[in-house]
Amino acid sequence: MHPSEIQTLQEKAQEIRRLIIQSIGSIGVGHVGGSLSLAEVLAYLYFHRMRVDPANPRWPDRDILVLSKGHAGPALYATLALKGFFPIEWLWTLNKGGTNLPSHADRNKTPGVDMTAGSLGQGLSAAIGMALADRLDGKKNYVYAILGDGESNEGQVWEASMTAAHYRLGNLIAFTDYNKMQIDGYTKDIMNLEDLSAKWRSFNWHVQRIDGHSIRAIDAAVTLAQAEQERPSMIILDTVKGKGVSWSEGKVGSHNMPVTAEMVQQALKELEAVEALKG
Amino acid sequence: MEGAKEQKEMRAIYTETLIEMAKEDPRIVVLEADLMKATGTGSFGAAFPDRTFNVGVAEANMVGIAAGLSAKGKIPFAATFCCFASRRAFDQFFISANYARLNVKLVGTDPGVSAAFNGGTHMSFEDIGLMRTIPKLVIFEPSDPVSLKALVREAASHYGCTYMRLHRKPIPLLYAESESFQLGKGKVLREGKDAVIIALGAIMVPEALKAAEVLAGEGISLAVIDILTVKPIDRELVIHWAKATGCVITAENHQVMGGLGSAVAEVLAEEPCALLRRVGVQDEFGEVGTQEFLQKRFGLTADHLMEAVREGLASKSREPIRTR
Repeated sequence: MHPSEIQTLQEKAQEIRRLIIQSIGSIGVGHVGGSLSLAEVLAYLYFHRMRVDPANPRWPDRDILVLSKGHAGPALYATLALKGFFPIEWLWTLNKGGTNLPSHADRNKTPGVDMTAGSLGQGLSAAIGMALADRLDGKKNYVYAILGDGESNEGQVWEASMTAAHYRLGNLIAFTDYNKMQIDGYTKDIMNLEDLSAKWRSFNWHVQRIDGHSIRAIDAAVTLAQAEQERPSMIILDTVKGKGVSWSEGKVGSHNMPVTAEMVQQALKELEAVEALKG
Repeated sequence: MEGAKEQKEMRAIYTETLIEMAKEDPRIVVLEADLMKATGTGSFGAAFPDRTFNVGVAEANMVGIAAGLSAKGKIPFAATFCCFASRRAFDQFFISANYARLNVKLVGTDPGVSAAFNGGTHMSFEDIGLMRTIPKLVIFEPSDPVSLKALVREAASHYGCTYMRLHRKPIPLLYAESESFQLGKGKVLREGKDAVIIALGAIMVPEALKAAEVLAGEGISLAVIDILTVKPIDRELVIHWAKATGCVITAENHQVMGGLGSAVAEVLAEEPCALLRRVGVQDEFGEVGTQEFLQKRFGLTADHLMEAVREGLASKSREPIRTR
């Protein structure tokens, strides 16, 4: 990847963060932490890697993303709006009655959302079904899935993990947003996931663990994952919950939190300052 | 006794029908969770190995994968025992399949007492009750090989999730091969004026016919309806025969709470036009035994139906139901 492309995607990630904060701010409460931690991977997938068409959201040959941690809907909505799937103004309707942007991702409400999720643990199975169908139809696209670390406490994740490897789904690439926190505290205290890489490896997946906020690292990992034809790939993203905003970054309480107008203003300033620094 | 009617193994018909459909329609795929031998879909697997997915003992995962396949336009038929299809995979079926408005054909085998030697853990008296709470879900239970074949085809051509209860064992043919069926529509197997039995499934429909035959000898004229679909219930048919007879008896291989008994009670509560008696399991867990033993144990025989009819008719003559 050219450094200028990396720079562009980093800026996209910051733009996604600003929109996440503004959209959650417009309703005053929401899933801030686990949305902010996904900004880089979503910027990378939708603005560099995935073949999608905002004018034709159900294009049959598109790449798929299953946001299994469905509560990060605001991050996906910000990304899809930026990509042009729907007007940015929709973001200010988040969770309001009659909205197309419900807190948890819904394939029937939002153009560009490929699967409904929210009851944790279910998305990887659905992604497997889609990957099996694509392989059956001889398609060359990829199915991506994003899992939460807390979500990985669910037994169904591991049923699905076994199945994807058994069926040698080389067209399936999953990410774990490993921000080390879940609702009730640190994952190491609530339900320790370590050794997470070893777990996936022992389930016969191709496993990489990278800095989830580095566009360069994400690009290298996805490139390697695509080269692996015989096994599904897990890319564990070491991330920081609430990343980019001082009142949420690294805070357990950021999972679902109130966001006031003042907090939005402060967050926007901080996110712009970082960008100015980089620029 | 009645002459030997032709019998066919229900699971063989299920698989035959899937194979026939799959030859015409590349969207048909089959999922199993290590009960392929029980469901009898092995021959589908042999004919269409690429379109058969056995996911091992992981029913929740199976239903989620089926949802994903249907999101890509496939028509997945996913089978396991009724108890696992409903109790174990309920949230996956609810959210990944139904709430996501996808197109999963879930099949529960060994309904109710037909689980026999697998006993109480495997005996599903509540699956219909659970499933009836899922918005827009179509729930049906074929009563013979002909209705099975027709309704599996109907399910495949209907967009939306369905739940079928499949009795696996050999069952006598009730219908001519040419009979046509529609999801949501019951069949009148026998007309009558004193009472109507509304029956569901391959065990209770034949028991209802047996009861009608015996009671006819006593001068009691019983209508028998094979309801076939529990949700949406054939409201028009239920009300028509409730009004015509003034006495309704439901018959199901399931708890009366939440099952057919409840579905019919809901119709009659809103449109009070007949007295209702519900034959089925009365708030009990299952247990082990032969199917014959269990039918007697839980009150699922022609004798129990006759008793309910006699009692219903006595009540009706004492105090006819007041309609609006």
